[in-house]
Amino acid sequence: MPLRADMMADLCRIAPELILCVFGILLVALEPFVPSSSKRALGWLAFSGSLVAIASLWIVARHPGPAYGGLIQVDNFSLFFHGIILGSVAVVILGSINYLCEERLQRGEYYALVLFAAAGMGVLAGAGELITSFLGLEMSSISTYILAAFRRDARKSNESALKYFILGSFATAFFLYGIAMTYGATGTTRFTGIAQALSISGPTLLAVLGLGMMLVGLGFKVVIAPFQIYAPDVYEGAPTPVTALLASAPKVAAFALMLRIFYVAFGPVQHIWFWAIWISAVLTMCAGNFAALLQTNVKRMLAYSSIAHAGYILVAFAASTELGIAAVLFYLAAYALMKIGAFTVITHVGGRGERHLELSDYAGLAKKQPAIAACFTLFLLSLLGLPATGGFMGKFYAFQAGLDSRIIWLVVIAALNSIVGAYYYLRVILTMYFREPAGESGPDAGLGSEIEWMPQPVAASIWVVLIIAALGTLYLGIFPSRVMEFALRSAASLR
Amino acid sequence: MIPTTHYLYLSLALFTIGIVGVLTRRNVIVMLMSIELILNAVNINLVAFSRAYGAVAGQVFAIFIITDAAAEAAVGLGIILAFFRNRETVLADEMDLLKW
Repeated sequence: MPLRADMMADLCRIAPELILCVFGILLVALEPFVPSSSKRALGWLAFSGSLVAIASLWIVARHPGPAYGGLIQVDNFSLFFHGIILGSVAVVILGSINYLCEERLQRGEYYALVLFAAAGMGVLAGAGELITSFLGLEMSSISTYILAAFRRDARKSNESALKYFILGSFATAFFLYGIAMTYGATGTTRFTGIAQALSISGPTLLAVLGLGMMLVGLGFKVVIAPFQIYAPDVYEGAPTPVTALLASAPKVAAFALMLRIFYVAFGPVQHIWFWAIWISAVLTMCAGNFAALLQTNVKRMLAYSSIAHAGYILVAFAASTELGIAAVLFYLAAYALMKIGAFTVITHVGGRGERHLELSDYAGLAKKQPAIAACFTLFLLSLLGLPATGGFMGKFYAFQAGLDSRIIWLVVIAALNSIVGAYYYLRVILTMYFREPAGESGPDAGLGSEIEWMPQPVAASIWVVLIIAALGTLYLGIFPSRVMEFALRSAASLR
Repeated sequence: MIPTTHYLYLSLALFTIGIVGVLTRRNVIVMLMSIELILNAVNINLVAFSRAYGAVAGQVFAIFIITDAAAEAAVGLGIILAFFRNRETVLADEMDLLKW
């Protein structure tokens, strides 16, 4: 029966999303029956769910092609992004388990929401059409709004979630208006159909306006200037494991959608959007780096640094070649690893109630917990872009792609910006290694002000996360060729 | 028959009202309502184009957007409620814990 075989193949193509949703529903359904002393088990269930989803990528890889009449597109490109997204989500879940116990927030909904968000991001990575991509975007956004508010009694968490929600849904509304205009200009919502219509009609006013509106919406989601204003507030206020998630997977997924929309759907009018991306890249890099210089809160500083990194990624994006797309993919993989690593260190050092986020709290960390300090140093050096780390190879490929396409000024600005970045990354490292810790200060100093503050012992799950992130960062830095080859093949499958 | 451009003007008007609402209002709930206005502007656009092309995709999309708007409103009001319980306010300019 050919029809049945077709249906099975389509189901195989969305296997990771199905698995994530099934595990998410299972978690919500089990939640009331699990005694509160053993809620931790739900975390492990979610973690195994994400591992099963990763394993299912092998099934997906055997069924390349369009699913459901082109709504979903399975190719190397979507596989690459699924790899980054699902990997990030698995690691973030692992890094959350301990945090949630300490904050007494250990609940099944948290993990379910992470899995639903991951399913949405998976849809984004594979979307071949605008309605599907909108659904994926909203699945991941709405889940992350709730996650940002998960510390219900913390004022900062509430405020962060509220800002994220208002600006996020505002951005979505822009994105939708852009879609409506594009639909009006081309009469279709499929990416390939839009490309066909545009190559016949040329850039009509309606289509260009539509693309501009979509850029506003996507700009919010990938956090590029001038739409980056909300990000530091949201990243600072959200629970730290959620920040690790926000800074990695949704951004990666939104970049996947952005690549598809700009290169596939609006590929025929590349000369029109090139300058928008160019200007945005410069603004993003400068806004991120210069604001990061002024921060004393490490969590907030890393939020600005992730804005700066979006700028470097845009350099590769603007290159408009296959090497450029591959560089974006490689950079995103390296970026997700080092950001999750860095935010996991912050989760650990922050301690109960997230009280130790200031730079001064990191003074003397190298003596208190040398291994943690070493891991953090590695992630910071990778963010800085030192050789032998993933961050370096990411920048290397991005700048090379830029030079190949003769956007030399953009590459020069990016290189200058990474020098500015060196200042604030190195400041944290110097503080950890060379500054003597000050006595406990702040609201709860009181009698114990003489006693030096010690971070809590490192939980096993945090270790695993740090080791995975550190090894991954080093692997991408020292043996980049295999991942880069796959990235090149993915970029080729996009065109 | 009403020409498509009329629908587009209506939609543009709604869109503008929505944007001005989000940017100028202090009350978060009114901001949420303004966002809903923009979403409805999108719906009008989609349905108008769908009629102009004689294709059904735009109308299907509008149904998805209505569903999504409901989900968004539910989550958003939940977040606003949590915020209100801690801070006793729903005014945007009093969200000042996090800033540069």
